[in-house]
Amino acid sequence: MTQIKMHLLVCGGTGCRSSHSEGVSQALNESLTNHGLDAEAKVVTTGCFGFCEKGPIVKVIPDNTFYVQVTPDDAEEIVKEHVLKGRKVQRLLYLDPEREKTVSDDRHMTFYKKQIRIALRNCGFIDPENIDEYIARDGYMALAKCLSEYTPQQVIDIIKKSGLRGRGGGGFPTGLKWEITARVQADQKYVICNADEGDPGAFMDRSILEGDPHSVIEAMAINGYCTGASRGLVYIRAEYPLAIKRLQIAIEQARTYGLLGENIFGTGFHFDIQLRYGAGAFVCGEETALIHSMEGKRGEPTFKPPFPSEHGYMGKPSNVNNVETYANIPVIILKGPAWFASIGTEKSKGTKVFALAGKVNNVGLIEVPMGITLREVIFEIGGGIKAGKEFKAVQTGGPSGGCLTARHLDTPIDYDNLLAAGSMMGSGGMIVMDQDDCMVSIAKFYLEFTVEESCGKCSPCRIGNKRLHEILEKICKGEGTMEDLEKLKNLSQVIKDTSLCGLGQTSPNPVLSTLENFWDEYVEHVVDKKCRAGVCKSLMKYTIDAEACVGCTACARACPVNAISGERKQPHTINPSICIKCGACMEKCKFNAVLLQ
Amino acid sequence: MSQIKSLDDLRKIKEAVQKKIQLREKSIDPEKVIQIKVGMATSGIASGAREVMAFLIEELEKRNIEAVVTQVGDMGYCYAEPTIEVTLPGKEPVVFGNVTTKKADEIIEKYIKNGELIDGILPANYHTI
Repeated sequence: MTQIKMHLLVCGGTGCRSSHSEGVSQALNESLTNHGLDAEAKVVTTGCFGFCEKGPIVKVIPDNTFYVQVTPDDAEEIVKEHVLKGRKVQRLLYLDPEREKTVSDDRHMTFYKKQIRIALRNCGFIDPENIDEYIARDGYMALAKCLSEYTPQQVIDIIKKSGLRGRGGGGFPTGLKWEITARVQADQKYVICNADEGDPGAFMDRSILEGDPHSVIEAMAINGYCTGASRGLVYIRAEYPLAIKRLQIAIEQARTYGLLGENIFGTGFHFDIQLRYGAGAFVCGEETALIHSMEGKRGEPTFKPPFPSEHGYMGKPSNVNNVETYANIPVIILKGPAWFASIGTEKSKGTKVFALAGKVNNVGLIEVPMGITLREVIFEIGGGIKAGKEFKAVQTGGPSGGCLTARHLDTPIDYDNLLAAGSMMGSGGMIVMDQDDCMVSIAKFYLEFTVEESCGKCSPCRIGNKRLHEILEKICKGEGTMEDLEKLKNLSQVIKDTSLCGLGQTSPNPVLSTLENFWDEYVEHVVDKKCRAGVCKSLMKYTIDAEACVGCTACARACPVNAISGERKQPHTINPSICIKCGACMEKCKFNAVLLQ
Repeated sequence: MSQIKSLDDLRKIKEAVQKKIQLREKSIDPEKVIQIKVGMATSGIASGAREVMAFLIEELEKRNIEAVVTQVGDMGYCYAEPTIEVTLPGKEPVVFGNVTTKKADEIIEKYIKNGELIDGILPANYHTI
């Protein structure tokens, strides 16, 4: 009898799949069969490993070899060398940029050293489309334990003691929310999972649903037991087809095993889950708007109170939690609240998943303990700023958050510290910026997003954000005045104070935080008409240094609008009224004669 | 698939399926279990390393010994293939040469179970960094 002695884990997250990881699994399988090794090694498609920068990832077990940027063409070599002869394929190993040495396994990668994976515990470890692998990792054991050993209140107490707070952004204590929903008397209650992840560049919830859908299903059932709800609903955006597919498969498998449906574990507890699809509106991440959208109404928020815990879906008490919050629940039940509370800071317990993006070397999905500093995240896990440039700012909390600067680098990350620094935890987007990013333009980018996504119900958000955006555009064009900066500040404050829902109440944050932290840069745009990052095109001017120019005509030929004139072998000039500032001349010039001011 | 009707049912299924991912579980922290490396270069394979490896995986499981069996490239002992390197938790690795299935059986019974050194140990001729 031959035994499986090797597992080849291939990332099947959206990131790696878009760089053809499916082709890699297929090629590996074919090659294993061709070499007669299919009884000895098994290819497993898993969820996200997090190291999206270098996908597709293939991890070989048991030696933990971490292959990066694997193409289907590499499959044959991996099988012939590694599976057959035990020799690692050196050229596919991750190259540590600092030491310029290949790293043979993921346990020696700086990217993973400071991470603690709780919500992502099964991502990149199990096959998300196979319930057995989840069960093998203690899956559904927490639900069984709750149903057979604890009363609903005991479970709520465990969650309360753990100190878990909502991972969707607000940071409301989860146990307390459950207790409130549990207390309200009603003939029908609902458990809702908010999978409407809308921050630009964020993909934490998507990765959890793609890599470990059962953990969310199990937690929702536990919540149903605690609050007295028999129906669960997942509100997920239709732009997440893979997450939807894996959730559907998972729900179907759980039903077959009797882990969803009637009389679960023979305890008389009924619970089932259905999916509701969103059309991708940012405002529908707000819980009241989300509920309206699920009811078939316009995705618009309503004033709170009443909170969904009392008056939610179809007017019934509904417990709304985010994907990542749910993913933490089964582990807390099994390992105990004390264990969970031992990780993190005084008021923020456990870990947080971040989608690290922007100008860092290691873009990807990370899970770190609360209280880690931004410096550790950006410079150790993230591997520092791309191309050795200088760190300028980091944006957390998406369009509702703010930009933090170098002076915040050593601030421990938790809900309260981020708020105090003028940003917020948000759902976990983290975008790193360097010297080439213009902070005024960044604020403008986020405002563009909120203007687009505002539902238009209340005027501060609908009109106010539009005006903010107009002022920012004016400044970027070089037409701003100091008075405009005052207006920005005042208007932002009014929008924050008077908007109906969380979208409007936080949308001016990117403006306020950049005004606070990068005031000089705003003043430069307004007074000196300069953009130091070279982003605001209206403020830039291309000129030719007459002494350096040799008159080779390369620039004139590259110019798409014929703005450059001059005789051959004579210095050329750029006509600023025709120039569209595309930079093509600068790229072509071999003598560094084109200057940018 | 049959329905799971109690905590015991779930435990039974868990035990049955656990083997599927056991390899992955053990590799999270390989230092905690016994690690065995089998030299699987051309010379190793030619002298029967594949059979030895299959034997080790199967027998260790039968005898309930938690170990990670990994195949590695040439260890440089072509005169004594098949070679295996055994690392007991907290101890220095020991390399055995000319390992047949019979020898492998002896290694499991004497060295792995009791830490007893037996014939066939090769002098370490390299340092890893």
